Amino acid sequence: MNVGSAGLIVVGAVLVAATAFGLWWKRRDGRVRPVEATPEAAIMTALGVEPGVPATLLQFSSAFCAPCRATRRVLADTAATLEGVRHLEVDAESHLDAVRALDVWKTPTTLIVDAAGTVVHRATGVPAKAQVVAAVAPLLTKRRAVDHGRLGSTLCR
Amino acid sequence: MLLDPRGPRFNAAVTAVVFAVVLLTGWWWLALAQAVVFAISAVDPRRGPYALLFKALVRPRLAPPTELEPAAPFRFAQTLGLVFAGGAGVAFLAGAPTAGIVAAAFGLAAAFLNSVFGLCLGCELYLGVRRMTGRAIPARVPATE
Repeated sequence: MNVGSAGLIVVGAVLVAATAFGLWWKRRDGRVRPVEATPEAAIMTALGVEPGVPATLLQFSSAFCAPCRATRRVLADTAATLEGVRHLEVDAESHLDAVRALDVWKTPTTLIVDAAGTVVHRATGVPAKAQVVAAVAPLLTKRRAVDHGRLGSTLCR
Repeated sequence: MLLDPRGPRFNAAVTAVVFAVVLLTGWWWLALAQAVVFAISAVDPRRGPYALLFKALVRPRLAPPTELEPAAPFRFAQTLGLVFAGGAGVAFLAGAPTAGIVAAAFGLAAAFLNSVFGLCLGCELYLGVRRMTGRAIPARVPATE
């Protein structure tokens, strides 16, 4: 069997397939996507998510995860600059049941959780800070709108 | 241990070329030599042959790194590579070229994806494998708030 000609075809096929896959992966990586998932409250509590916090940036990390440090920086930064946002980082490997329940397949995975414990956005890979801020903004204004509502009705009375 | 991320990328680029050559020639000794390179890099990333080449030829021409990455994922990836390269070498030597081509093809794909896109296949698959095989282990990464 001529390894050379078979090898040439294989090299070509691998490079084409890998390029296509790489481009697809690159587009998805870090993109903050809207989702809607209401996990069991017990799971969220076990991870340390506190109900009532307007926006929790729940980050799953592991030891085998080069981008986890960069993700930690982006999320911690966002939590430090915006009021009502909390960054919570957990080790995926010591919470495998939560990992399965929340459909986490890789690290870093960031889940953006609202005050009721619903997951409203998720991202794998390092998210862009602008996308995180944009995703979190509606969760913060919702809170302010409620406050204005209460204030408004008190004044009217 | 923390590494300059450009080192592993350079490593992957050279590895991709080596796997391509193995695929084109069926040279089992090259595949086994690559396996040895993988083994050294997995044990001590700073002593790996390609890392030494990077330090001597490429790094002096670059600005200092803006970021460092942990060595653990790199070492895990080198261990996987060792399986691919060793497998390819043994297969070609034993007269099983198809198996050798398959192993080298996986090695080429992983090295190519890592060098061009920064994608660490082993890292991507790691948690997936752990959640399927199941047992939780004590935390190794401190959970910070």
